[in-house]
Amino acid sequence: MQALLAEYLPILLFLGIAVGLALVMILVSIIAAKQRPEAEKLSPYECGFEPFDDSRKQFDVRFYLVAILFIIFDLEVAFLFPWAVTLGEIGVVGFWSMMVFLGVLTVGFIYEWKKGALEWE
Amino acid sequence: MIVQALAFYLFAAVTVAAGFMVIAARNPVHSVLFLILAFFNAAGLFVLLGAEFLAMILVIVYVGAVAVLFLFVVMMLDINFAELREGFLNYLPIGLVIGGILLVELFLVLGAWAIAPEAAKFASTPTPPVEQIANTHAIGQVLYTKYMFAFQVSGLILLVAMIGAIVLTLRVREGVRKQRISVQVSRTREEAVALRKVEPRQGV
Amino acid sequence: MIADIALALPEIFLAVAAMVLLVFGVYAGEKSTRFVATAAIVALAAAIVLVLGRQAATGFGGMFVVDAFGSFAKILILVGTGLAIAMSLGYLRDQGIERFEFPVLLMLSTIGMMIMVSAGDLIALYLGLELQSLAIYVCAAFKRDSTRSTEAGLKYFVLGALSSGMLLYGASLVYGFAGTTSFAGLAQVLQGGGTPIGVLVGLVFIAAGIAFKCSAAPFHMWTPDVYEGAPTPVTSFMAAAPKVAAIALFMRVFLVPFGGMVEEWRQIIVVIAVLSMVLGAFAAIGQSNIKRLMAYSSIGHVGYALIGLAAANQEGVRGVLIYLAIYLAMNVGTFGVILCMRRATGYSEEISDLAGLARTRPGLAAAMAVFMFSLAGVPPLAGFFGKFYVFMAAVNAGLYVLAVIGVVTSVVGAYYYLRIVKLMYFDAPAEPFAANTDRGVGVVTVAAGLFTLFFFVYPAPIVAGAQIAARALLP
Repeated sequence: MQALLAEYLPILLFLGIAVGLALVMILVSIIAAKQRPEAEKLSPYECGFEPFDDSRKQFDVRFYLVAILFIIFDLEVAFLFPWAVTLGEIGVVGFWSMMVFLGVLTVGFIYEWKKGALEWE
Repeated sequence: MIVQALAFYLFAAVTVAAGFMVIAARNPVHSVLFLILAFFNAAGLFVLLGAEFLAMILVIVYVGAVAVLFLFVVMMLDINFAELREGFLNYLPIGLVIGGILLVELFLVLGAWAIAPEAAKFASTPTPPVEQIANTHAIGQVLYTKYMFAFQVSGLILLVAMIGAIVLTLRVREGVRKQRISVQVSRTREEAVALRKVEPRQGV
Repeated sequence: MIADIALALPEIFLAVAAMVLLVFGVYAGEKSTRFVATAAIVALAAAIVLVLGRQAATGFGGMFVVDAFGSFAKILILVGTGLAIAMSLGYLRDQGIERFEFPVLLMLSTIGMMIMVSAGDLIALYLGLELQSLAIYVCAAFKRDSTRSTEAGLKYFVLGALSSGMLLYGASLVYGFAGTTSFAGLAQVLQGGGTPIGVLVGLVFIAAGIAFKCSAAPFHMWTPDVYEGAPTPVTSFMAAAPKVAAIALFMRVFLVPFGGMVEEWRQIIVVIAVLSMVLGAFAAIGQSNIKRLMAYSSIGHVGYALIGLAAANQEGVRGVLIYLAIYLAMNVGTFGVILCMRRATGYSEEISDLAGLARTRPGLAAAMAVFMFSLAGVPPLAGFFGKFYVFMAAVNAGLYVLAVIGVVTSVVGAYYYLRIVKLMYFDAPAEPFAANTDRGVGVVTVAAGLFTLFFFVYPAPIVAGAQIAARALLP
């Protein structure tokens, strides 16, 4: 357990430094720079236009389909990691088990391809 | 040891704070971003428990995909969230009551917690010590063979999810010109090019 | 490995068939729906044959249990799905949602139900439940241009996810105590009773999760809205096969792994059963929409079925299985009649539109009357025998109060069933319905009507089958 966590110590240090550095940059600029805010300075600048709209725009529902198909294949890939690590030990059964799993999802992939779910326009 | 304890308190505190901000943030996009922060810190907690695989899956699947989906959904909905929040506090008392009941239950359960004496004997799959086998490896050893049934059924569930998403959201648009590679490739010179003899001053 | 695969052959066959039909459908286009649906029905029938050919055994490391109990429930489920698909085509065509994914999704849902009733492990239980529900969430929202249908799908999905969460929470508490998720292991650990409160809380959460799936009160709140909003063939499917699966699962989970804790869980089941029966009897009275009425009716019927589970003996299990078989027939038949409530302007769901049906469509009215009398439990129709067997089991197990409440609520419930009969036979006719042109609905309704009417002549096959199944579950 200790050995395992020791391996992660560099990541923790890295995270600490990243957060610390970001904080330092912001704080120093707050402390050192002169702050004279006014309405025009604070408004988002866009080529002389008045900022007239919400920065959030409504998305097309098609993004949703793409995202959810991405999640499904992302999960499929997540299943591949332990399989790849242990392929030597789990034998023929383990190998074909994954092949069947991938086969089922390939059927789904053929379906979505033929259905045109991957086409944009 | 002390580093470990400090890291635990750091991750746990940030998780709880981020979780609170998810429901308290005014802007729903900020809520989703706080949710991502909570996921990251939960991943940190998993690492502290020695569950590296879960931690990485949390980052890959939840942060990488689910949170992105949440963002899309938030962006897609044409809802005035400020309006939605009106009267939000009216639910606070009932929420507190339910939360309180759950808390009491948790104390009851954990206070009188016991593990069956035979538990070790019947344990389905004992966890091997982390020092000997990394847990990605340990999961791989049982997931595809011993738990093959569950694995295949989860494949079917993913298939249903795929079909469901397409059935419910895919709309075929009229007048869309699709790329048909076979047609493009099989075009011959005769179809595509015509030589015309054009007389001077006559035009085509 | 080969033996395991042979054991799960019906499920594997259905899964392969569903995938083949999916690929076929997507290549052949939407016009292939009729063919895909027919092929799906043939595949379900073939799966029944395969189920009958299985020997009792346990496979996949104890995750998958094949026994007479599971096979009986599987046959009911397969029949229920087949009938639902057969009835759906005309409606789907009329509504412009005739898509080949519909039968494929119902098949995948059926596989989930078969895994549920064969579950030998909490993990298999959860995965089966999720496969079943996920496909039904999609089907409930199948008419995606209708706000009501999408609302039904969304409501069902959100509340279904909540109930899955409760189930998982309970399962994790139980696992934390016992160190195993397999039913056989749990049965050994929990044998003696006197379990700590943690396991009890886990048990309650599991009960809540499954009660939600079979829409037993007080976890019924989604039922009327979802039944009303979903397309009628989907409602007819949801009210039949998934209910059989959820109640069979209820019995397997509570009698096998938690069999040693009967005294603890019996009170929970009794409360759920009483609440469901009372709610089913009283809340249905004020309904004007026939699908809402059927939703409350199904809640009540779940209550009656759970009486048999509360008895917790072989007789009770047998009673529940007979009840489920009869309920399936009555319910499918009633929805067949509802699918015939069609005018040139569209489908009607108002009870008042049934007025005077006996004069405009005497055959349809007679069929509806048979189903209503049977649902009310009037002898000698099939519905009476279903109730008879569970009430007898309750009395023999000493649960007199429960049996009495059951009888009283069925008398109250009879009021709204008989009100429909009165409406059809004694009221001034409403605008007549168009003649039924869909052969599937006609055949299924007539078959269900004949079964309901003549069950008492030759009940032996179902009673004997249920007896064998009960003996397999509780030796």
